[in-house]
Amino acid sequence: MRRVVITGAGTVNALAHDVAGTWAAMREGRSGIGPLEVAGAERLMVGIGAQVRGWDAGAHLERGVVAQADRFAQFALVAAAQAMAQSGLVVGEGADCGVILGTAGGGLQTQEESYRAVFAEGKNRVHPLTVPRLMANAGASHVSMAHGIRGPVFTVSTACASSNHAMGLAFQMVRSGACRAVLTGGSEAMLTFGGMKAWEGLRVMSPGGCRPFCRSRDGMVQGEGAAVFVFEEREAALARGAEILAEVAGFAMTSDAGDLVAPSVDGAARAIGGALRDAGIAPAAVDYVNAHGTGTAANDRTEAAALRQVFGGQVPPVSATKAMHGHVIGGTGAVELLACLMALRDGVIAPTIGFREADPDCALDVVPNVAREARVEVALSNAFAFGGLNAVLALRRA
Amino acid sequence: MDVREKVIEIIAQQALLQVSDVTPDSRPEELGLDSLGLVEAIFAIEEAFDISVPFNANDPAQSGFDISTVGAIVAAVEGLVAQKAA
Repeated sequence: MRRVVITGAGTVNALAHDVAGTWAAMREGRSGIGPLEVAGAERLMVGIGAQVRGWDAGAHLERGVVAQADRFAQFALVAAAQAMAQSGLVVGEGADCGVILGTAGGGLQTQEESYRAVFAEGKNRVHPLTVPRLMANAGASHVSMAHGIRGPVFTVSTACASSNHAMGLAFQMVRSGACRAVLTGGSEAMLTFGGMKAWEGLRVMSPGGCRPFCRSRDGMVQGEGAAVFVFEEREAALARGAEILAEVAGFAMTSDAGDLVAPSVDGAARAIGGALRDAGIAPAAVDYVNAHGTGTAANDRTEAAALRQVFGGQVPPVSATKAMHGHVIGGTGAVELLACLMALRDGVIAPTIGFREADPDCALDVVPNVAREARVEVALSNAFAFGGLNAVLALRRA
Repeated sequence: MDVREKVIEIIAQQALLQVSDVTPDSRPEELGLDSLGLVEAIFAIEEAFDISVPFNANDPAQSGFDISTVGAIVAAVEGLVAQKAA
């Protein structure tokens, strides 16, 4: 079977508008969470988020593209361009390359502006490109157009697991030989007034900050952004002398078939164990887990139990980087894969910041507050979505 | 209809029970209300009384809104309704 490696990475998120800046923030344990700046913020009950600040799409994209692309697609385009530049991948004429991106909400900013125009402002027309801007596949389509990628191009939407599902499919397509390389990851731009109101309704948002696995945690904090990677067949990457950031070794996805919102220990544990089996890696060989770690009472307790089910008493260090970059929803697994790459490449495990007090229900080594140097040969990245959908990736040091 | 009757009606509807099955001593979990069911019931209460209920599903104990029993919920809603009138 073919082996799959990562030869490029790019990102835009609340910590930085590139990978180097994101890694620097993760090493320092810096948070990108702050007061939300959105229209109507004074009517929000939860006023914080991990917002991409100082975003100037025109600095990265041509004016015609900016006009066509919702914020979530702009993030995807810029992250993909960074990943392609680093990889040096040359796309062939045929269907040898693809794009598979995750997003939960698609063009929410476009939707909201259009609804506001027709409902609140009484206007009778919206921008002519409203439909192509809001469609969930806009990000993947823009990336394919920007890089001339003519093979399989599509979007996966599985709420908070979207980008892990997308990257898992990309991995499988390269491993099977269906593609030589796939640009994959995810993006989200849900920090709109309506997006925040919807989340407020669930009453799982923290008013103060995201503190995963901490006994006094009080909920999740929304983020936004994108991360995109070049997944490439290993022999082809080696033959062209590409720098290999890490190997994608395994992937598994499961469904709880239980509750729409309450997570399940069994579903999560089956996905974690499945990714290890797919990779042919023993649990004892895992050196780091990037947790889903949302900071809600239910997720963190359930995830800790699932990890204990798979690893027994020997759970490796686990960290939840959402405390820094927020919950990027459909893009979150992609942004979190950056923490796995940092651990595998640089031997630095990103911390779980905001941690104050151990929770007996989450008895894990959560790498509290300060990054840790460690040799990491194998890392896992968890994502568990509403709807009971679980997707876990296993990575190996290059 | 007073606050108590209305709250019981909302909770019964959410729990798919008859109003007569819901008493002040009933605990939400006994009625089969999980955290999402409770969030939906509280939304219905907010809409019915035009109030805002401080309830965090993450940590109900620290919400400052007692949801331990139906009677406690009724008392808390009565307090919020009185605050609104004041």
